[in-house]
Amino acid sequence: MIGIEHYIVVSAILFVLGVLGIFLNRKNIIVILMAIELILLAVNINLVAFSAFLGDLVGQVFAMFVLTVAAGEAAIGLAILVIYFRGRGTIAVDDVDRLRG
Amino acid sequence: MIQTVAFYLFSVLVIASAVMVIMARNPVHSVLWLILAFFNAAGLMVLVGAEFIAMLLVIVYVGAVAVLFLFVVMMLDIDFAELRAGFVKNFPLGIAIALVLLAELVLGIGAYRAGMIELGVASVATAPVLSASNTASLGAVLYRDYLFLFEAAGLILLVAMIGAIVLTHRRRPEGARGHQDIGKQVRRDPEKATVMRQPEIGKGIDL
Repeated sequence: MIGIEHYIVVSAILFVLGVLGIFLNRKNIIVILMAIELILLAVNINLVAFSAFLGDLVGQVFAMFVLTVAAGEAAIGLAILVIYFRGRGTIAVDDVDRLRG
Repeated sequence: MIQTVAFYLFSVLVIASAVMVIMARNPVHSVLWLILAFFNAAGLMVLVGAEFIAMLLVIVYVGAVAVLFLFVVMMLDIDFAELRAGFVKNFPLGIAIALVLLAELVLGIGAYRAGMIELGVASVATAPVLSASNTASLGAVLYRDYLFLFEAAGLILLVAMIGAIVLTHRRRPEGARGHQDIGKQVRRDPEKATVMRQPEIGKGIDL
């Protein structure tokens, strides 16, 4: 029988892969956004697994809210990406210095 | 038995496709691997009986977010080879940090298995109803206890939608192609925009 540890290990590996993706594709903001989606997916698997194994539905409700925020974040992030590309013609993260940060 | 096989199939596939997401040379391939990862994660959630979240994951992520990514990747004319320049250079540091993070997480799971961590006690009020489906009991909890949070989530989506439209909307100067005068569009009425004609048979009409 599959226990909750199996699910936690899968989601931990997925989370670490998301973090690794941010490090490896430091210049490509599209892949960084996809890596963030992977991290949120790992969190969702964790929430759903605990919710199912503990017999408490709040975890699944919370996973829905995480999903909502992830969708909004992807939409806004990609919109910013599109207008940035329109003005600059590149999306390399290193060249983003408009705010002189 | 079949559950165990399905679990290992889904988890191996989800991890393999996550690896491909971050390793793929072409971001279009990354998006496609991401879609595969979402499908397998949905399968994992079905296995524990959370059908509603699983289907939501397929609809929202595969149907909306992944397609959005695909559109953006394909619309922008980007030299992806140039963006990959630091890949090899960042590899050792990335792997080191990932291994440290994974070791910490596994240590936490080990501590949990050793019985050192007490999980929170599940609330009886929000336990799944045995006679009802997952969707029905989830809806009961959501609309009974989390109604305001649910509405706040709707508000977040509204703000995100308006934000995305406002950010990407291009205002064109007057006279240019695609210029939009909203006042003029609103003032337009049927009398000015349409004409009634009584065409004679075989003659046709001048437009």
